[in-house]
Amino acid sequence: MNETFLIGGMFAVTFSVRYVLFAMAGKVKFPPWLNRALEFVPPVVLMAIIAPNVTMPKGELWLSPLNPWLIASVVAVITALIRKDLLTTIVVGMLTFAGLRFGLGM
Amino acid sequence: MSTQYSCAEQPPSRRASEFFAGASATVPLLVGAAPFGIIFGTLAEPNGLSALGAIAMSLIVFAGASQFIALGLLAAGASIPIIIATTFIVNFRHILYSANLVAKVRHLPHYWRALMAFGLTDETFAAVNNRYQQQGNLQQAHWFYLGSFLAMYTNWVFCTYIGLTLGNIFPQMQNWGLDFAMSVTFLGMVVPYLKTKPMLVAVLVAAVLAIVSHDLPHKLGLLLSAFSGIAVGLSLMMLENRKKKQQVGQ
Repeated sequence: MNETFLIGGMFAVTFSVRYVLFAMAGKVKFPPWLNRALEFVPPVVLMAIIAPNVTMPKGELWLSPLNPWLIASVVAVITALIRKDLLTTIVVGMLTFAGLRFGLGM
Repeated sequence: MSTQYSCAEQPPSRRASEFFAGASATVPLLVGAAPFGIIFGTLAEPNGLSALGAIAMSLIVFAGASQFIALGLLAAGASIPIIIATTFIVNFRHILYSANLVAKVRHLPHYWRALMAFGLTDETFAAVNNRYQQQGNLQQAHWFYLGSFLAMYTNWVFCTYIGLTLGNIFPQMQNWGLDFAMSVTFLGMVVPYLKTKPMLVAVLVAAVLAIVSHDLPHKLGLLLSAFSGIAVGLSLMMLENRKKKQQVGQ
């Protein structure tokens, strides 16, 4: 029952965001400041999700070269800066993580 | 030379070729989305979402990043209104995509626009936006969109199912750190945005605040840090613009 509410609610907000402008077919324009604020939304939200995941993978802050989540993230960022290709970044990041965690047992 | 068809007179072959072109333009993007879907399916049950719930979420919500975050929030014991509010914030970026496409779809009937809105993902936007940049006959380009959307949709739901199955065969998979796949995918999506100082500062502010506020109840730290990051970035950008204007004025 809870899952019905959860999925129904997630559908309602997601579809509304995707549909509202299509429904109005461009009759509404955002003020310029809001347009600029929207440009920040994707990277800022994604970073707010990632940062705790990789710096506190076991619940407590772990800023150390022995933290495989953190080290593999740094490697992934460097890869993304050099290659500019999402798939390469994901693969290199995952391989680094797997190597540190299972290869070296970190 | 080019024959003008009205919507109704368009030969079916043209629709079919648009549809398949849309699907095949989306194939490279499927390669990136597939592991994402599999990992979502794998992590669903260990994080407290039933198998049926996971499939239903992929079928009905169809928004990868927010589905992952919902899992994380479920595992952390967040309430349903908080998860829905967070979904709203996370998926708000899609309004940018629709703002970009609205001029291309406004001639279509409402049911087409509703269907296209449902299928508006990061990947389909990328594929379709390319198509709309091309010259030539765009009359039937919504069939291209449909092809891209259905390719993404089938792939996402199917991969969720594969992930659920794999998670049942290898229950220890949840301890392999596969959640890192989500972090690394998002990192790869963030980096291309980091081209200006305000954006870089906004992202760093969000990162630090998200860590500091991690222990707030209901994962409110996520919303707090997102809003703070956006506010700081926007302020910096406006300051820079004002400076530029003054320099031009002098």
